[in-house]
Amino acid sequence: MSAGDTDSTDEAKGAEDTGETNDEAGADSPDRTPSGRVDVCVVGAGPAGGLVAHRLAERGHDVVVLEAGPRFDPAERLERMERAIRPSADDRSVWAMGGPRDAFTTPGERFYPLNVARVKGVGGSTLHWQGMVMRLHESDFRRESRNGVAADWPVDYETLAPYYAEAEAALGVAGASDNPFAPPRDDPHPLPAFEPSYSDSLFAEACERVGVTTHSVPNARNSEPYDGRSACVGFGTCKPVCPSGAKYTAESHVEKAEQAGARVLDQVPVQRLEHDAAGERVEAAVYATPESEEFRQEARAFVLACGGVENPRLLLLSASEQYPDGLANSSGAVGRYFMDHLFAGMGGTVEKRTRQNHVGFITTESHQFYDDPGAGAKGTDGAIPATDADLGPIKLEFLNYAGPSPVEMALGAETWGDDLLSQLREGYGNHVAMGALVGQLPRAENRISLDPERTDDHGNPVPAIHWRVDDRTKRTLKRANEIQRRILEAMGVDIQWSVGPDNTGPAYHHMGTTRMGTDPESSVVDSRLRTHDLSNLWIPSSSAFVTSGAMNPTLTIAALALRVADDLDSRL
Amino acid sequence: MELTRRDALAALAGGGIAVGSVGALAWDRLDEMDDADAADEKSSSVPTGETLVALAEAVYPSAVENVGEFVETYVVGRASARPEYERGVVETAALVEEYAAEWFGAPVSELSREDRDELLRQMGVETADPIPDGRPAQRVRYYVVNELQYALYTSPTGGKLVGIENPQGHAGGTDSYRRGPKR
Ligand SMILES: Cc1cc2nc3c(=O)[nH]c(=O)nc-3n(C[C@H](O)[C@H](O)[C@H](O)COP(=O)(O)OP(=O)(O)OC[C@H]3O[C@@H](n4cnc5c(N)ncnc54)[C@H](O)[C@@H]3O)c2cc1C
Ligand code: SF4
Repeated sequence: MSAGDTDSTDEAKGAEDTGETNDEAGADSPDRTPSGRVDVCVVGAGPAGGLVAHRLAERGHDVVVLEAGPRFDPAERLERMERAIRPSADDRSVWAMGGPRDAFTTPGERFYPLNVARVKGVGGSTLHWQGMVMRLHESDFRRESRNGVAADWPVDYETLAPYYAEAEAALGVAGASDNPFAPPRDDPHPLPAFEPSYSDSLFAEACERVGVTTHSVPNARNSEPYDGRSACVGFGTCKPVCPSGAKYTAESHVEKAEQAGARVLDQVPVQRLEHDAAGERVEAAVYATPESEEFRQEARAFVLACGGVENPRLLLLSASEQYPDGLANSSGAVGRYFMDHLFAGMGGTVEKRTRQNHVGFITTESHQFYDDPGAGAKGTDGAIPATDADLGPIKLEFLNYAGPSPVEMALGAETWGDDLLSQLREGYGNHVAMGALVGQLPRAENRISLDPERTDDHGNPVPAIHWRVDDRTKRTLKRANEIQRRILEAMGVDIQWSVGPDNTGPAYHHMGTTRMGTDPESSVVDSRLRTHDLSNLWIPSSSAFVTSGAMNPTLTIAALALRVADDLDSRL
Repeated sequence: MELTRRDALAALAGGGIAVGSVGALAWDRLDEMDDADAADEKSSSVPTGETLVALAEAVYPSAVENVGEFVETYVVGRASARPEYERGVVETAALVEEYAAEWFGAPVSELSREDRDELLRQMGVETADPIPDGRPAQRVRYYVVNELQYALYTSPTGGKLVGIENPQGHAGGTDSYRRGPKR
């Protein structure tokens, strides 16, 4: 649950061990030569790239998508699930991350496990993701004016609200309007929320005792059939792989984009962007093919959608005589202000059956400590103490997969037969756990840079992640633990583990590295996600987030992507 | 607790094998394939099915009934859909027979439950990592023990032994997580 202390050499080795090449598309090699100059070139086929490509292709624009990773065959999802459960292949190998292609270094204070934190392939990191999708709060857009920290976003919640609604429809979000802490919304979610779990009901009672209000969780996961995809059937392995297709992955929008006429090339990592003589426009994306050829794709507009680590890396790799510090980097902010959400958790056992591990997603949260993390609460039989410490927002989660899953225990056990069965009965059945997300503030020293000492499979310097967790974040994690402890104690839990300030790990949300702002001196993109320096380059990504909030980022990424698609549509 | 063919089919489906496509799942199918593909590598004349069922009886809890049919359906289903698995399981079963002959002077199926258990433990299978092309103990862990455990504990009946009727890896729907414990 914490980041662990492997180093990046191990990461690379992990993937080699799987014997998997990144060439999953098979032997027959599709045409990967460039198209003539197109309207839009999208780099990266995750949710950001997929949504932009789909919207624009649907509106008649000529779109090419360049994706570094492979297409993963949907027919192999069940085998991937088995690989995820069986110990012969670890989590990493399920989506073939690692090896020279994905090498990185972490010279910062803390190790960052980058290759478990992303996926390269059509669908991007949503292949592996959990699929919790909530809107940021109004307060998240105004941290400076509201709390005197960091900076305000150059857009507000009201501007993004219609795009949030569109994003919820696109991803197929199952949710309910029972969350009293959520920002205002006009319409219900497109799909009904998943009902609370049995263990949620145990938590709800305990929360009432200490004055904490619980509510449903919006999930990008079909509670009913939606958009040609199945309803959830309860495989319970959502992260890293949902075999039924009930969990949204961006493969869905990439496929729709193709149906609408977009051309999608896989296994073509973009090496650099090239600009015109005036240094005002991007002219071409230079990409490599599996056959080691290099091609230039020209376009009228470029959309960078490689995620919060590769977006800044590609800009830095695109340094030119005119822009020696990298493209779109006259502010020097490219790669800086890297943020992630940090995990706080606590769990143990109760004298009751808790029925965990039936499904792999969560159905109850509490956002009570989001806008006011220091507020106290008073319940029917206990309380959460108030504090006036300077804290960031906290999102509390109640897990449905606490403790071991019997099949995983059996596969790793050092025994079998009746002996194993009694171990399983002993080990499974009474666990409960809570999680929480806490955000970091943007700090210039937390950043993605290029490592001059190490290169990837194409000879490009690998990303170096400089990352540390500051005191305010640690304080907020401690506060999250304090609330968790009160709730678990009210539930009569024998607390056996906790993850807090000293052993926390990242939630794999890469934010801040091409930050948005009105001032070209201190930000990379403007309020409409266009770079200040180059007039035809857009970056709809969590890399544009000014602050992190404590909500999982992808719904906001999707909303930004849809807004960029609208803007591009009207400009082209 | 009685294992059923349906449990085996559910476990197969969880591994990505659409059972309609593989026809009748009986050991003789595997033996036919044995002869065709794996015979050269095979170092024992004991039929693979006999060895695997005998080992499953030691690896599964004693409360489990109808192990024979369950293992037959599962293993033959997997082997029919995946040739490399078929070869691995046939060879590995034969390997265990070699050890049984050497150490106990009899085929696995003629050993008591205790001796079968002992045979696996002496081979070092309890602590071996599951590695398909590893040392003998690692191969047995991969192709026999973990294969059998995966089949059992992703099936509803296997899950129920532990108190989870919709175990991970089984598409048991979205009702079970909401239900409280029985009794
Ligand atoms: C384990 C895990 C759990 C998660 N759970 C959640 C969750 O519950 N909720 C949530 O909101 N978020 C979650 N996330 C985060 C979520 O997956 C990301 O926020 C989201 O996928 C980002 O979308 P994106 O399109 O910006 O980037 P990505 O999805 O990362 O896609 C970027 C794509 O660009 C490609 N690319 C990179 N460099 C290049 C290049 N040079 N040339 C061409 N292509 C390139 C990559 O191969 C990749 O396919 C989770 C992530 C992980 C890893
Ligand atoms: S529980 Fe998760 S993995 Fe299973 S079908 Fe539902 S979404 Fe997919």
